[in-house]
Amino acid sequence: MAVNFFYFLVFPGLLFLGVAGAFLSWFDRKVTAMVQFRKGPPVLQPFYDFFKLLLVKETILPKYGSPVIFLLAPVFAVFGATMAGVFILLPLFNITTGFRGDLLVIFYLLTIPSFSYILGSLASGNPLASVGSSREMKLILSYELTFMLVLAAVIMKCGRQFDLYSIIAAQQASSPFAASVSGVLLFIVAIFCIQAKLALVPFDMAEAETEINHGVFIEYSGAAYALIRLAKYIMLLVLPSLVAALLLGGFRLDGIHVLWSLVKVIGIVLLLTLIRNTNPRLRIKQAVNFFLVWMNLLVVIAIVLIALGY
Amino acid sequence: MGFKSHCFKKSLWVFHFGGASCNNCDIEILDCLAPRHDLERFGILLVGSIRHADVLLVNGSINKRDRERLLELYNQAPKPILVVAIGACGCTGGIFAEGITFAGPVDKIIPVDAYVPGCPPKPEAIIAGIVKLVNKN
Repeated sequence: MAVNFFYFLVFPGLLFLGVAGAFLSWFDRKVTAMVQFRKGPPVLQPFYDFFKLLLVKETILPKYGSPVIFLLAPVFAVFGATMAGVFILLPLFNITTGFRGDLLVIFYLLTIPSFSYILGSLASGNPLASVGSSREMKLILSYELTFMLVLAAVIMKCGRQFDLYSIIAAQQASSPFAASVSGVLLFIVAIFCIQAKLALVPFDMAEAETEINHGVFIEYSGAAYALIRLAKYIMLLVLPSLVAALLLGGFRLDGIHVLWSLVKVIGIVLLLTLIRNTNPRLRIKQAVNFFLVWMNLLVVIAIVLIALGY
Repeated sequence: MGFKSHCFKKSLWVFHFGGASCNNCDIEILDCLAPRHDLERFGILLVGSIRHADVLLVNGSINKRDRERLLELYNQAPKPILVVAIGACGCTGGIFAEGITFAGPVDKIIPVDAYVPGCPPKPEAIIAGIVKLVNKN
């Protein structure tokens, strides 16, 4: 029992995820600044932002909405992101939980942050927030099927194993899945899926700053917004680690391999940042089309290739 | 208290309200955020929603219609909020001070923490104003 609380709150859980995710968020902003020939913020900037919102600013509740759901939504978002992070990072750090079938639980837990943003923004009673949440809903409908198919393809590739621990073990016994034709296709699709899950630029229509003023987050201020930032930091660590576990062979924690594991996560974040800095925002119709037609087509090709043994 | 105010100083998020402006001050404000001066070095970000803002930048002459919007924005902002009046029009009214639709300089409507005069002020002047604002608090 105590060890479970330790897992959730300290080591692969809330504290570790928050701190590591904040550094990745700084990395993302720094790379963005370097792409634009700027200097960028200092290393501790995400912590300053978080503590300023948490401790200094006032939290304003909506007058024409539901304040309870408005305040609970960020808590749910942090909970879902942390829970998913614990389930993903435990097998990655070579701690077995004995839980078979955790991939399905991870899939559901990873959707909780997006759904709670929708709940919170609809409870705020702001018209721009409801535009944002409608877009977020359409985006979820388009990318979740693709993400599910990626997971199904990975499960098929490693011989119908449903838990992350044996998927990683299968890759470390032979070679990473991304070192095959079908694996490369799956990697491309997975990168776009997590780009949409993180709401980074080609798919940030739900919180378009220049268009609907942060959309789903428009009414959040103070501590509630701090929790949303925390959930975003955590997701920025969790989703790249999931891709590293599913397709790049997971982490190895002996000697120089620690560095190589770090390079995997940071490399995926770098890729996401470069995609976000070189693309304009899509319209929601284009995003739905992109996932439902083209990305699904790629996954289906990958599944056929896996069935043929490539 | 030291930790709180340190975090606040290091991460000022700016909301930009342009009154009936000639757009010169707007361009100079955007110039501060562009690569040459890059205020993100100090944690200053431009945000789109007043609920996220720590600093309310006001420029341009405030006429009777802008007055209501400005008051509404100030009341909707989460406290503590700092207000900065930028440009001659924001500080004193400039050449519009005697106009019939003019509704007073910014400090007659809401309390102002820093003034950056100039028509338009140079980006260096805006940065100097922000440094003084940060050191005051």
